Amino acid sequence: MSKINAILKGTLDWVDERFPLTSNWKAHLSEYYAPKNFNFWYFFGSLAMLVLVIQIVTGIFLTMHFKPDASLNAAGVPVAFASVEYIMRDVPWGWLIRYMHSTGASAFFLVVYLHMFRGMLYGSYRKPRELIWIFGIIIFLALMAEAFFGYLLPWGQMSFWGAQVIVNLFSAIPLIGPDLSIWLRGDYVVGDATLNRFFAFHVVAVPMVLLGLVAAHIIALHEVGSNNPDGIEIKKKKDANGIPLDGIPFHPYYSVKDIVGVIVFLMVFSVVVFFMPEGGGYFLEYNNFFPADPLVTPPHIAPVWYFTPYYSLLRAVTYPLFGIDAKFWGVVAMGAGTLIFAFLPWLDRSPVKSIRYRGPLTKWLLSIWVVGFFILGFLGTKDPSYQFFGFIPGAPVAQLLSVYYFLFFLTMPIWSSLDRCKPEPDRVTMK
Amino acid sequence: MKKFLTAILFVPLLAFGAGAELHLDRAPDKATDKAALQNGAKIFVNYCLNCHSASYMRYNRLSEIGLSDAQIKDNLLFTAEKVGEPMMIAMKRDDAKVWFGAAPPDLTVIARARASAFGSGADWLYTYLRTFYRDESRPTGWNNVVYENVGMPHALWELQGDQIMGEDHKLKLVKPGKLKPQEYDAMVGDLVAYLTYMGEPVAEFRKQLGVIVLIFLAVIFVFAYALKREYWKDIH
Repeated sequence: MSKINAILKGTLDWVDERFPLTSNWKAHLSEYYAPKNFNFWYFFGSLAMLVLVIQIVTGIFLTMHFKPDASLNAAGVPVAFASVEYIMRDVPWGWLIRYMHSTGASAFFLVVYLHMFRGMLYGSYRKPRELIWIFGIIIFLALMAEAFFGYLLPWGQMSFWGAQVIVNLFSAIPLIGPDLSIWLRGDYVVGDATLNRFFAFHVVAVPMVLLGLVAAHIIALHEVGSNNPDGIEIKKKKDANGIPLDGIPFHPYYSVKDIVGVIVFLMVFSVVVFFMPEGGGYFLEYNNFFPADPLVTPPHIAPVWYFTPYYSLLRAVTYPLFGIDAKFWGVVAMGAGTLIFAFLPWLDRSPVKSIRYRGPLTKWLLSIWVVGFFILGFLGTKDPSYQFFGFIPGAPVAQLLSVYYFLFFLTMPIWSSLDRCKPEPDRVTMK
Repeated sequence: MKKFLTAILFVPLLAFGAGAELHLDRAPDKATDKAALQNGAKIFVNYCLNCHSASYMRYNRLSEIGLSDAQIKDNLLFTAEKVGEPMMIAMKRDDAKVWFGAAPPDLTVIARARASAFGSGADWLYTYLRTFYRDESRPTGWNNVVYENVGMPHALWELQGDQIMGEDHKLKLVKPGKLKPQEYDAMVGDLVAYLTYMGEPVAEFRKQLGVIVLIFLAVIFVFAYALKREYWKDIH
């Protein structure tokens, strides 16, 4: 036994002299001290990484049989659409791989939204974690691009018309718009050229960007250390060895804890994959089982659920400004709606970070914002003529909530400093 | 605060409902009824597979609903040579476009495509195939309640007979077909069950496997949770 240990140690020493294996293991796992009071909300960072791995691995296997080809086969079906059904039927376990990938897309946004909301609850974006947050927002944007490109690939009706609507938005940009949208599509309409370039972006370009950003996100996190539900810095109270008194090594404590989270997540994920892969038409839209047909416009084009809040922001703008089409300002609103998160570190002027010690003003305004976000998301799945309970028109509600969405952020410097906060504790609390 | 947050999250759910209604009859659930599925396959091959292809469906996959290769070959193989081939048709798409205005769509996944907030794809098909009526203003002489001004003539009219749209917006059977109304409904139920099966042949196996996967994860959960408890017992 001791001989085996000696060989293993010799091998490790040999590697360590050439590659910082042990020091990296320590820096990022066994001697990375995380606050001991992480709660439910702290599962979603590691879960986002898990979903990223699921998407990459299932994606690799899907590319082995998927064909980005918009031409029609002998049965008159686009080759790309038929190749997805080939994966679903003739490739052994192809259906499982495909459902994991399609469910993974929704799961990715779900965990990322919860992960971002955690940051908003506990002020994780505040100094000194501004860069972690900004990397995170860029990851979020890259993820939206990744989902958008990927959604075209099955070449169904919603794939086609969704891409058509979104690419057409760029044509609203003054002067360069029309040429820009042709440049993006590679054609005058969404076609084979568009399908192939979206495939390239989806499987090569954006995933590389995502992986790089995730690495930067984690390196930045491990540089400054994790925030926690109390929003206080554990590095302020250290023991004689310089280890934070409220810190515990990420491995084994959080590795074993995250495994529990992973299994619970996989159970929820499996319920969708095995029992409701279409997610009631929200994860796989029913209309997308019709092959793309440039001659038939669907009566109702709705993006997938994770884009719908921003789609509502887009549609809420109906007034032309400065002689430029309302559509352009809608695009601006949608873009601003996603980018505005990046400014949170400077918009938030509260003396405390965590929601636990913030006053009623913050709690109310944030709660209303969350509800508004949900309602905007709900309305984004509906036709603009939708009416709540059959008589409250949805469109003005969406406009009102869109205004609130932005006012929440823009007035944050005022209300966050006005709020009556409670004193923060010296040490973290275990609730 | 927590209760308030949870309560407020459910507010949007109350707002569901409203919008234009499409009334669909509920299709009978025959997903595990092999005899119904086999009958449905027979009707599909005889009545639908002349104009509509099912190009992602291979004949020999019908072994899953209890048919042997020999049975498939003897009874169902009209448009193909080998049981491993997909269900294609001889009609040319360009001809079909001229005849019907639009080429008849491939039906492999039609039961999935026709699902909506109003009902499952099976419900849509079950209602659609039972609500054709005579309309001399249409080129084919047929119209449909669910799919207004549909290009497809009533392929099953011999079996159902002729319906007309009454002044009260209700369908009336004016000329009986070969089947009694209840028999016709049951037959359409079989056909729709087959179309649903064909839309996702793996669906039943998928659900069975899901149960096993969840049991497996539940067992792993017990051990993972025990491991976490063991490591964390000293952290206060």
